Amino acid sequence: MNSPVTTPRGTGTRNTRILGVLTIASMAFLALLGLVFSAEDRDQGSTVRIMYVHVPSIWVAYLAFGMTAACSAVYLSGRNRSLIWDRFAGAAGEIGVLFVAVSLVTGSLWGRLSWGTYWVWDARLTSTAFLFITYVGYLAVRRLGGTHRQRARRSAVLALLAILEIPLVHFSVRLWRSLHQEATVATGGTDVQMDGLMLFSLFFGLITFTLLFLWLVIHRQRSLALEDAVADRGLDAAIEARREEAVN
Amino acid sequence: MSSFAQRRRVAIAVARKDLTIEWNSRILVNQVAPFAAIVMVLFAFALDNEGILQRVAPGLVWLATLFSILVVIQRSFAVESADGALDALRVAGVNSSAIFAGKSLALMVQLFALELLLLGTAVVLYGVEMSLGGFGVAMLTLLAATVGLACVGTLYGGLAAGARGRETLLPLLLLPVVAPVLIGATRATEAAFGSGGAKVSEGWPWIVLLVVFAVIFSAVGSVAFGPLVDE
Repeated sequence: MNSPVTTPRGTGTRNTRILGVLTIASMAFLALLGLVFSAEDRDQGSTVRIMYVHVPSIWVAYLAFGMTAACSAVYLSGRNRSLIWDRFAGAAGEIGVLFVAVSLVTGSLWGRLSWGTYWVWDARLTSTAFLFITYVGYLAVRRLGGTHRQRARRSAVLALLAILEIPLVHFSVRLWRSLHQEATVATGGTDVQMDGLMLFSLFFGLITFTLLFLWLVIHRQRSLALEDAVADRGLDAAIEARREEAVN
Repeated sequence: MSSFAQRRRVAIAVARKDLTIEWNSRILVNQVAPFAAIVMVLFAFALDNEGILQRVAPGLVWLATLFSILVVIQRSFAVESADGALDALRVAGVNSSAIFAGKSLALMVQLFALELLLLGTAVVLYGVEMSLGGFGVAMLTLLAATVGLACVGTLYGGLAAGARGRETLLPLLLLPVVAPVLIGATRATEAAFGSGGAKVSEGWPWIVLLVVFAVIFSAVGSVAFGPLVDE
């Protein structure tokens, strides 16, 4: 803690720069695929293009929350309890919240265009909203203060509780919907056959967003580590200042 | 490692302590119950129509319960954190799952009383009618929902109390988790009240959901409570 660390000037390294460039390039290509090359849908027209952002976003969100849970479990079970697992869990949690928000927004925009309404009380939509709120709560708990260890343990337990809660909420919301009217509009697209380029674009979108996720999570973990280091140094400095006062 | 009997003694002692504090301070009777009652009256103002009120009475009962439970949980942990009582218990080496059981138990008793009151209010104010079978289903619903709510409430209440002065966090953490209870209890109570032509027997699957919820969170709570409140 006290050792003079060589402060890096940023959070980038050679490998993350390569990853970053790769991400930007694939993003550009995905934009071309989604907006120019891929065809309009027969029924949905151009609104189908929202799918190339919407589906990868929710995929990244699930990936991120899975990672939050896995890292939290590793932190709690590990012998040395390295804080890096806690920071990875936190970084993934933040990115997950961001991408759930993106998929909720893009989804409701698409819903407005295709179904004529921003929101339907469909089981999947409702539980996705709960997913969002749950992890907003998780992030709030991370910011409660206390020592890094306290934060790590508290949020790790909470992340594991969330994994338990989400299937329960999803199951009960489905039960709730099953006794009411079905979301009739939602069933329109189940037997749709996608053409090759559309499928490829979607698949490519998943890969691109995964790259973006990796890039974000690595950088965020590093910046969180710097934040922790700053907090530690502030504490050390404060203790030092008190000692000075006592001497003089 | 403390034996089961020992833990049970601790749990009962903690529960008795909480209930004694409540009995002496009368917070539940003097503050929470009137608050719950006024919420029920405000619902009637907001939904100014007798037909609607009868139809949605079950949902209103459980919404009022959820609002009141937040206050009760915060009170339950304010008592602990004010003098660092919870820390003292932990330092004394008291088993954390026994503390969890004790606090949940005390919370159950208070919640059950509160829910009975709210149910009574619905009958009186909203003109709800119940058959004898409906009354039985309502009581079972109350019982199952109370156990679940008390366990979840103790778990997340302990977490929020550990962070001093951040009580605003509790609703954000708790309300998403108790959504299954709101869904299950509302549907079961609808069956008990016969709102919207629901039959009493339709309540059983929802009571099962409530029981599952209660079992899961009482088990998980007694494991997770220790690490959450440990500072």
